Amino acid sequence: MGRVGVVLVSHSAQVADSVAALAASLAGVPDAPVTGAGGLPDGGLGTSAELVTEAAARVDDGAGVAVLVDLGSAVLTVKALLAEGDELPEPARLVDAPLVEGAVAAVVAAAGGADVEAVAAAAGEAYDYRKV
Amino acid sequence: MVDGEALDAGFFSRWMLAAAEDVEREADRLTELDAAIGDADHGGNMRRGFEAVRTALRTDADGAGPGTPGAVLMLAGRTLVSTVGGASGPLYGTLLRRAGKALGDAETVDVAGLAAALRTGVDAVAQLGGAAVGDKTMLDALIPAVDALPRGFAAATAAAEEGAKATVPLQARKGRASYLGERSIGHQDPGATSSALLVGALARGGGA
Repeated sequence: MGRVGVVLVSHSAQVADSVAALAASLAGVPDAPVTGAGGLPDGGLGTSAELVTEAAARVDDGAGVAVLVDLGSAVLTVKALLAEGDELPEPARLVDAPLVEGAVAAVVAAAGGADVEAVAAAAGEAYDYRKV
Repeated sequence: MVDGEALDAGFFSRWMLAAAEDVEREADRLTELDAAIGDADHGGNMRRGFEAVRTALRTDADGAGPGTPGAVLMLAGRTLVSTVGGASGPLYGTLLRRAGKALGDAETVDVAGLAAALRTGVDAVAQLGGAAVGDKTMLDALIPAVDALPRGFAAATAAAEEGAKATVPLQARKGRASYLGERSIGHQDPGATSSALLVGALARGGGA
């Protein structure tokens, strides 16, 4: 059984890819199973179901994928893909977590071999790290 | 167009093509409405999505198109989810896919059957977006339209247009417009407006 893949969905390709690089770097895992799915195929702002399914396939290592999202159409697009049933690798989870902090926690957990539920839980706990 | 007649796959394809024409014609207006309370991309997003639906219907089954009403709606819905690029993609995609799934393999459907299938789709949209009537969303046009549809396409169209107009005094409670709070009052909701276009195109499914 491989590692859980982490997919970061943002309206912006730069945000998604940069947060993926940041999370891998902070996790200290150069080949971390994380990738971005940001913006539209033409480079514009938005959410592309196509880019999300491609990203999920890229990081799918047989253990499923945890998907973190920013807002609005990113949330709805991933929910619609999950409802479809056959668009994302199994098991796939939409993780309720802040994008940046959640991505770091998810990547650390995934790189350490946690299953998809544990990865989702680790990312969700990021909501509890108070800043003030 | 006789509302009581059996609606086949050809009707559903013509409906989607008519909707694509209407979206193309009204895209600038949809974007203007979205510029007032959203991010000014609704017209462009819907135009891109329905243009892809048009292409998908023409190239499916080597040009013959999908063979059943359900297959037409499923194809259109899947295409919208993957091409629109904004929240309306998954929302309209869910509406049409769920309605298509509800129609199953039936070769034809009557207006009452179409209304029941669309109600299944509208319920799925409400669940996906967590919205209800009065939140200033596409549901404000779709729910009255589905309620009126058993009385015919003209009644459904009138109900959808009235529902879209009735979003003007509402405060948005879902989506990007909800960030504006009270400043969203006084503008017609772009999603309700495009929903009224989709319902209005039904009457042209007969090919007249």
